[in-house]
Amino acid sequence: MMRRFAFLEKLGPLLALVVVVLVFATADAVKEDGGRFLTQRNLRVILAQTAPVAVAALGMTVIIISGGIDLSAGTAIALTATMLAYALRENGGPISAVILSVSIGVLCGLINGALISLLGMVPFIVTLGTMTTFLGVAKIVAEETTVRPALDQIPEWLGNLVSTRAEMLWFGLPTGVWLAFVLAAGLAAVLHWTVFGRHVFALGSNEQTARLCGVNVTATKITIYAISGFFIGIAGMYQFAKLSSGNPVSGIGLELRVIAAVVIGGGSLSGGQGSVVGTLTGATIMGVIASGCTLLDLSNPIQDILLGVIIVAAVGLDQFRQRKMSAA
Amino acid sequence: MTSSLLEMRNVCKRFGPTVALEEVTLQANAGEVLALVGENGAGKSTLMKILSGALRADVGDMSIDGVSYRPRSPQDARAAGVAMIYQELNIAPHLTVEDNILLGQERGRSGWLNRRAGRQEVRTALERLGHADIDPQTLAGTLSVGRQQLVEIARALVTNARLVVLDEPTSSLTGQDVENLFRVISRLRNEGLGVIYISHFLEEIRQICECYVVLRDGRMAGTGKLADSSDAEIVSSMVGRSVDQLFPRVERQIGKPVLTLNEVAGRKIPRDVSLELSQGEIFGIFGLVGAGRTELLRAVYSLDEIASGSVRINSLDASHTPRGRIRAGVGFVSEDRKREGLAQDRSISDNVTLSRLSPYSRMGWLSLGKRAAAVGRWSARLQVKARDVEQPVSTLSGGNQQKVALARVLHQEAEILLLDEPTRGIDVGTKAEIYRLMGEQAASGKAILFVSSYLPELMALCDTLGVMSRGRLREVRSMSQWTEESVLACAIETE
Repeated sequence: MMRRFAFLEKLGPLLALVVVVLVFATADAVKEDGGRFLTQRNLRVILAQTAPVAVAALGMTVIIISGGIDLSAGTAIALTATMLAYALRENGGPISAVILSVSIGVLCGLINGALISLLGMVPFIVTLGTMTTFLGVAKIVAEETTVRPALDQIPEWLGNLVSTRAEMLWFGLPTGVWLAFVLAAGLAAVLHWTVFGRHVFALGSNEQTARLCGVNVTATKITIYAISGFFIGIAGMYQFAKLSSGNPVSGIGLELRVIAAVVIGGGSLSGGQGSVVGTLTGATIMGVIASGCTLLDLSNPIQDILLGVIIVAAVGLDQFRQRKMSAA
Repeated sequence: MTSSLLEMRNVCKRFGPTVALEEVTLQANAGEVLALVGENGAGKSTLMKILSGALRADVGDMSIDGVSYRPRSPQDARAAGVAMIYQELNIAPHLTVEDNILLGQERGRSGWLNRRAGRQEVRTALERLGHADIDPQTLAGTLSVGRQQLVEIARALVTNARLVVLDEPTSSLTGQDVENLFRVISRLRNEGLGVIYISHFLEEIRQICECYVVLRDGRMAGTGKLADSSDAEIVSSMVGRSVDQLFPRVERQIGKPVLTLNEVAGRKIPRDVSLELSQGEIFGIFGLVGAGRTELLRAVYSLDEIASGSVRINSLDASHTPRGRIRAGVGFVSEDRKREGLAQDRSISDNVTLSRLSPYSRMGWLSLGKRAAAVGRWSARLQVKARDVEQPVSTLSGGNQQKVALARVLHQEAEILLLDEPTRGIDVGTKAEIYRLMGEQAASGKAILFVSSYLPELMALCDTLGVMSRGRLREVRSMSQWTEESVLACAIETE
C-alpha cells in the first residue's frame, strides 16, 4: 500500500503536467478558431519560454533540497544579464563576456553561501538582503538604464539561444532548450551519484544528523549556493538572449517563479525532498499554463490566479506527505 | 575472553560552581556489556558528552586500547571507534536506509559514489546485526523507531566502531523491539565489541549486562558484577544521599477535590491515568525520563490531545483547550523555560500578565502603568532579581526566570497549579524559595500537581505521591507510606 503510494507520489508532478496539457488541449480543440495548442510549433514555443526559468530552477532545486532558499535569484539573474550586455557593449568578446557573467553568478552564490554558513544566518534573511544588493549593483553597472549592445556585437548563437525561428533550430528545438536538458542531466547525475549529492539530501533532511555523521556542513552549504550561482549565471545568459539587452530590473519577481517551479515539482521547503525531473516538470507546467491561457484568450490576471492555485495545491500536497512521514 | 577497551581515569568536570563529574574512573571491556546506571542528573549525560567529544574533561584522562583518547568532536570519536546512539535518534528521514547507514562514510572515488561497494558494505552490516530483512532502499522515515535504531547501529558498524554507547535505548521501544534490540546487542558483544548500556531499568540491565557502574551526584557510587549484587544494593547506591534541610514545612488543611482524572489516555502516553487532587494538597508525580509525567500534565492542560478518559475540574467537564483550562482556574508551568514556558525576548511584565490581561485593559487598550505597578508587586513578592519589570526575561538567571513563570500562574489566580520540574536547573537558594512558595500556596487552599525527577524534593513537599512508569500511573500512596527505595523500585518496574 505504502509502496504503491510512494510510486504515485514520484509521478505526481508528471501526472499534473499531463492533466494540465489535456485540459488546455481539450478547451483549445473545442474553441471555434482553436486547434493551435497541440501543434509542434506551439510546444516548441512553450519549451523555449520555459527554458530560462527551468535553468535557474535547477540551481534552486539543490538549495531547496538542502533546506535553504534563495530570494536573490531573480535580481542575481538580472545582474548577470546586465554584466553580459555590458561586457559585449564594451567589446569584451562573446566568450569572455559569458565567462564573466557566469562567474558573477557563482560569486553571488558564494556570497550567499558564505553569509549563511559562516555567520550562521537564516537563508531567507540573507538572500532577502542580497536580493536588493544585487539589484543595486546591477543598476550601477547599467547606470540606471538598460544596457544595449549593438546588434553586431551579439553573436548569433547567443542572440538566438531560445529563438524558435525554423532556421535556428537544432534537431527540432532551440539550442537553449537542449542546453537546459544537458545541464539538467548533469545536475541529476551529481545529485544521484556523488557524495556531495547525498550530503545535500542529508543536510535538508536532518542537519544535526549530517553534522554528527561527519558531513562538512559549512563547505557543503557554500558549494550548494555556488552551484546555484552557476545556474543563475547561465539563466542570465538566457535572460539576455530573450531581451537582447541587460535590464537591471528585469529580474524582480523572477525568483518567485523559480521557487514555484521547484515546489510544483515536488520540492519541499522544509528540505530533504526535490528532484531534477520534478523541477523541469514544474517549470513546464507553468509554461503550459501561460501558453494555454494566451491561446484561450484568458486574461493575464486569470493566469496569475491559476498559477497561484497550483502552487498552493503543490504545497498542500507536500504538507500531506510530511504528515504521512511523521506518522509512519 | 575479555580485554580492557576503554579506560577513564579520575575524570572531573565542573560547570562554574556545579560539579557534574568528580573523580570518575571506569573501564569497559571488549566483548562485554557495561551498565551505567544513576538517577536523572547523576552525571550520565555529561559522561556521554565527554566520551563523544561534545565536552572536554577538566581533569583526568581516557584511553582506548591503551592509546590516549582525547576527542574534540564527534568526528574524533568516530575515528577512534566510539559510536554513540542517543535517546533521540539521528536519522535523516528522507534518505534511504542505505544512504543513512553510509552518511559521512560514503564509498567512492574523487566524489563519485561507488554504489555497489556501499551496498555491499550495508548488506554486511545488516547481516552482522541479523537483520538482512531490512530493505536498504526504503526511506528511513517510514521505518518504525525500533528499526531506525538498528539503522543507527548499522551505521556504527560501518564506521568500524569498537565501542557502542547506547543511551536509554529502550525508552521509546515496544516490548518486541526491546527483545530484538537485546539480540542485536548480544551479537555485537559476541563479535568482541564493547557496549556501554545506559538505563534506569534494572530488569533490562540484568538481562543484557555483565557489570555495572552507578553514578550519583557526579560521583562513582558503586560498581561490580551484576551476578554478585542484589537489586536492593544497586538501588540504595543510586539513592543513598542525605536529604538536605531545605524544605520548610507549612501546615495546611486538605479540602474538597478540585481535579479528577478518570482513565485519561493520550495518543501514546499517558495511559489510563486516574487520580484526584484536592484543595490544599501537593500531589507529587515521580517517574524516570520517558515515564509520561510531562505528557500527563500536558494532557490535563489540554496542550496535548486526550484520546480517552475524562478530566473534571471542580466537577465540571471543562472545554478542552488551554484557554478553557485557564478560565477554569488551571495554571501550568512548563519544564521548558527556553522554548515553551516563557517568551524569552519579551519583558517580565509581558510574561507575567500574558495569561490574564483583563485587569489592565479597557476596550482592548492596556494601561501599561497600572500593569507595571502590579507586576512590580508580584516580582517583589517572589523576590525576582531584576533591574525593572520591562527587562527581557532572557537577561535573567534560570532561577529568576522560573520565578517569573510561577508569578504568571499566581497572577492568573489559578486554583490548580500544574508544575512541571519547577526547580530544574536552578540554584539551591532559589529552590528553597520555590519550596516555601509552594507550601504557602497550598496552605492558602490551592491544589498543586507537582512533577519532578528529583526524589528528595517530592518526599519532603508532597502530601501524596504517584509513581509513573512507561506511561502508566503505577501506584498512588500518601507520602508517609513511601520510602525512597520503594518509590524507585516502583519507577523502574518494567511491566
